Amino acid sequence: MVETIVFYTLSALILGLGVAVITTPNTVHSVLFLVMNFLCVAVIYVVLEAEFLAVIQVLVYAGGIVVLYLFVVMLVNLKRDPEAHQDPRRLSLVGLALAGAVLLELAGIVVYSYSREPSAPVAAAAASPVQGNVEQIGWLLYTDYLIPFEVASVLLLVAMVGAIVLAKREL
Amino acid sequence: MIDLVIIPLFKIAVVLNGVLVSVTFMVLLERKVIAWAQSRLGPMRVGPWGVLQAIVDPIKLILKEDITPTKADKWMFTLAPILSLVPALVVFSVVPFGGDALFYITDINVGLLFIISVTSIGVYGIILAGWASNSKYPLLASLRAAAQLISYEIAVTMTLVSVILTAGTLSMVGIVEAQQETGFWFGFVQPVAFVLVFIGGLAETNRIPFDLPEAEQELTGGFHTEYSGMRFALFFLAEYANMIVIAAVVTALFWGGWLRPFPSVDALFPSVGALSFLNLAFLDLIPSWVWFFGKMFVFLYLFIWIRATLPRYRYDQLMRIGWKVLIPIALANIVVTAVVKVWLL
Repeated sequence: MVETIVFYTLSALILGLGVAVITTPNTVHSVLFLVMNFLCVAVIYVVLEAEFLAVIQVLVYAGGIVVLYLFVVMLVNLKRDPEAHQDPRRLSLVGLALAGAVLLELAGIVVYSYSREPSAPVAAAAASPVQGNVEQIGWLLYTDYLIPFEVASVLLLVAMVGAIVLAKREL
Repeated sequence: MIDLVIIPLFKIAVVLNGVLVSVTFMVLLERKVIAWAQSRLGPMRVGPWGVLQAIVDPIKLILKEDITPTKADKWMFTLAPILSLVPALVVFSVVPFGGDALFYITDINVGLLFIISVTSIGVYGIILAGWASNSKYPLLASLRAAAQLISYEIAVTMTLVSVILTAGTLSMVGIVEAQQETGFWFGFVQPVAFVLVFIGGLAETNRIPFDLPEAEQELTGGFHTEYSGMRFALFFLAEYANMIVIAAVVTALFWGGWLRPFPSVDALFPSVGALSFLNLAFLDLIPSWVWFFGKMFVFLYLFIWIRATLPRYRYDQLMRIGWKVLIPIALANIVVTAVVKVWLL
């Protein structure tokens, strides 16, 4: 009961903050709404008893990535509206199409996940020989999901190399 | 009801008040120790040896006029000091001050990660303070501070991974108990990690020799130049609370937390039993929290000592130390720890 109330309150907050992120004219304020949004998502993880994910959400998104956003926003002068925003209707059709696609995808995920048994990760986590949040995630990452995990790390490495090459033309 | 609400609330009240009061006395101690280091007397006027200065200083700050610059972003300007103080205080909820459940507010299974992630929120206070002031020097200082915090946070977090590997748990209580079981404090097992975390801690609290965000000579005081009165006091509180956090974390992770010293004198010389005549059991009579606070005090004193001794780094030196020295050493430390843990133990 309490969990349901907390969940819906948080969901409303997350949606409201998301709307605030895209409607606030001041970019720095908008970035801060984004931080609050991420913090609310972290609380949802806590409600779902996924403490590890919650803490990582705060550490990586709220504490790391958005700080870099804020950095860029502060360094680039955004007081004046960019040119593309002068005509509000120019990109609205593309935006509408994209939003519709995302909505369709989310609806598909909801229908799909309700139509079948508990998904593979949940079943695997229930069967894993270790107890506790951190241990189970570690177990799954290094057994069932080893290849996606390694691919993701290679992807990050490529991104890092690319950033260094872009920043330093002559090495 | 009593177990879930009243006792935790009481503990929180005690810890918050303890932190805030010890911050005021930290400031006094700092002034006194630096004065002694420079052959001065320090504050002497208020109370015997200036002891009451710790109470007079906060009163002065509260009574001062609270000014908001006209061009400042009012909301952000108010929010920034709060954002920098609250994370510093929240961290104390998982610090184990003693061995009994009475002496810590809570123990969660991701305790250490919780500390890292909550302190990483504190950087917003600094960035926003500089941005919201709408003034050159604070903005420059906050950019410096943010770059410094992010760089050193990476180094500290990577270093802590090797401690986590050694302990096999993320819970703060669990880490101290792991030191009890092995019989060696992790400061002796992981000396490199201790040094890295301590240096990173100095940098993350903007202390000398890493106090570039507050370099008075270049930045007229740093990101809080435009702040006055109580809002300035909040930044001050946050900085000193963060120092206490670093001291507490270092104590718990590397120097046995609430454990008494010499847990394994016999383990050092098992065949000889040379030191067995030293019966150290009387050390157990001292309560665990006394050990914790004693060790913490040593590190807080070290902070002040370093401030009185070392000059400030240049900005390029600061970045070079962070990225080219600390992070590679931290990575190497993780690899060595993992190899030793898997194959040699």
